[in-house]
Amino acid sequence: MKIQEVIDELKSYDGKPVKIMEVCGTHTSSIFKNGIRSMISPKIKLISGPGCPVCVTSSAYIDRLTEFSLKEDHCVLTFGDMMKVKGSSMSLTEAKAAGGKVKILYSPLMALTEAREHKNIQYLFAAVGFETTAPIYALMMEEMKQKNITNLKLLTSVKTIVPALSYICEREKNIDAFLSPGHVSVITGADSYRELAEKYRKPFVIAGFEGEHILAAVYEIMRQLKTGRYEVKNMYATAVKEKGNEKARALLSEYFEQGDDFWRGIGIIENSALRPKKEYEIFDGGSRIEGMNEEMPKGCKCTDVILGRRNPAECPLFKTVCTPLHAIGPCMVSSEGACGIWYQNS
Amino acid sequence: MKIDMSYGSGGKQTGDLINQVFLKHFNNKTLNRLEDAAVLSVEGKIAYTTDSFVVTPLFFRGGNIGKLAVCGTVNDLSMMGAVPKYLTAGFIIEEGTELETIEEIARTMALTAKEAGVRIVAGDTKVVDGNGGVFINTSGIGEVMKGGISISHCKPGDAIILSGNLGEHHAAILSHRMGIENQIASDCAPLNSIVQNLLDSQIRVHCMRDVTRGGLATVLNEAAEQSACSVEIWEEALPVSPEVKGFCGILGLDPLYMANEGKMIAVVPGNQAEKALKAVQNSKYGTNARIIGTVLEGNGVRMKTRLNGLRTIDLLYGEGLPRIC
Repeated sequence: MKIQEVIDELKSYDGKPVKIMEVCGTHTSSIFKNGIRSMISPKIKLISGPGCPVCVTSSAYIDRLTEFSLKEDHCVLTFGDMMKVKGSSMSLTEAKAAGGKVKILYSPLMALTEAREHKNIQYLFAAVGFETTAPIYALMMEEMKQKNITNLKLLTSVKTIVPALSYICEREKNIDAFLSPGHVSVITGADSYRELAEKYRKPFVIAGFEGEHILAAVYEIMRQLKTGRYEVKNMYATAVKEKGNEKARALLSEYFEQGDDFWRGIGIIENSALRPKKEYEIFDGGSRIEGMNEEMPKGCKCTDVILGRRNPAECPLFKTVCTPLHAIGPCMVSSEGACGIWYQNS
Repeated sequence: MKIDMSYGSGGKQTGDLINQVFLKHFNNKTLNRLEDAAVLSVEGKIAYTTDSFVVTPLFFRGGNIGKLAVCGTVNDLSMMGAVPKYLTAGFIIEEGTELETIEEIARTMALTAKEAGVRIVAGDTKVVDGNGGVFINTSGIGEVMKGGISISHCKPGDAIILSGNLGEHHAAILSHRMGIENQIASDCAPLNSIVQNLLDSQIRVHCMRDVTRGGLATVLNEAAEQSACSVEIWEEALPVSPEVKGFCGILGLDPLYMANEGKMIAVVPGNQAEKALKAVQNSKYGTNARIIGTVLEGNGVRMKTRLNGLRTIDLLYGEGLPRIC
């Protein structure tokens, strides 16, 4: 089937309105970059899910980073996305302006070099992410163990997607299908969605990130919905295997264990955290003490956005007081956050 | 040998630095006189601009901070339809910098200035506390060949020409900082020969801009806003090398928002588009030029995607930082 035929069919759809949640921020971004919405019927609504790790990280976590950065001979190492996220009183950008030491890294492994070169400084690495980045954190710990690096610790906020999807399926009954994340699925495998598809009777289609991949996945979802099927379909087979990346998963089970976690804007989701195991406590900068429930900024609808209840443009703060340069809600802060992507592209 | 504070004292070492490095390489009559100011002759209207350069690393594949400092000011002058004539160069050097580093930067500046046909006629050196950093300010004067070229002069029906591949400077610098080994080189280059070719070909150029920080998206938004019109570009026409495309894919960067240091757009009447394209392509740094879009009535910037979808192209907000997943 040619891509134009797929587009024609999706464009002419005139059945009952359909809501498809894309879980991954990179999908949200690609949907805009390819102008996918302009190619499909307005009756097919693509909504964003909880797929931005920065957006769902608690403000208590940010507080711990900013406090650490302000201590003498202490330095926080982080990805750029985290810089602007507000804690309860300040962001890392503000902590840096107040004299805190914060360094942006482009790769987690740079943290090891930094720690080796400056032995007199205590480093805390903001290890945020999903299953995708977690194997690299495991590798970091492996190397820290081998090379006996003692002045670097990880403050992890590693979340797992399947428990979050289960949480959403349980509560948000009007989502018809899921565009499963490409990167996370590389690690977890297509099989990880089978139980959810079966239990909640919804299609889960794994897609790559090119425009054609997304259109083909939406087409597959529409076909399944039309014929009353609810299957896991792996349409990113070049990268995603049924069982995922078993080597990476073995690495994760060696270094991490599951725990409950707080998701900003949602609350506690059972078994959705990966934290360093007790035996690797020496590399852990306090990941076990997690932030408790906290309120969202007044008027902010990030909770509804993350759970797919409304799109960013339907929040009263969107583009009025909440902008990338003055973010109120966490989804506006990151370039992978739904509100940030909508702002940049719509 | 390392530069220490004595090189900025105004005494013997400062004199040595000026004579043995800057005069040696920049060598021209005006500068060699070492007067308090250069006395220059110019004809007609002048364009006058300044820019500061703080890039790290100082040396990267495709250039160094010195090459950037000359090209940056040469290009800003050129975009106003001016022939760049004279530059000044101010150096702020952190102590601990190797003298060889300064010499290599000065040597490159001299070569680039020669290529662009400009003379470095005045300069200044300061040494400050620090750890081997170098910052350069250049200002420049150019003689205006053709007036009326402005970011506010784009008109519906105009064609937009981009002089070559996007994102190479940004990708080269980022690769260096991240320790990623690849063959991506900065596109840093003087663009005055492209402008000369356009004007020699009697193209009625409405607007020119070099595509630097903020990338093509930012330049096009500025053009649309200042000219009170809309811009449509075509994704399939945008030149991006496979290496940069791959690099962007991995890091979640968008070539539309990435910095370049040797690329420009020229907005020309639609009926002169092909002729203008040839003029750009016949220039040393414009061989891969493309007509990438058109100016329309309305407002904002939109891109027709490869799959014929329509994407809004907004300004870059904040820094274009690599994503984390």
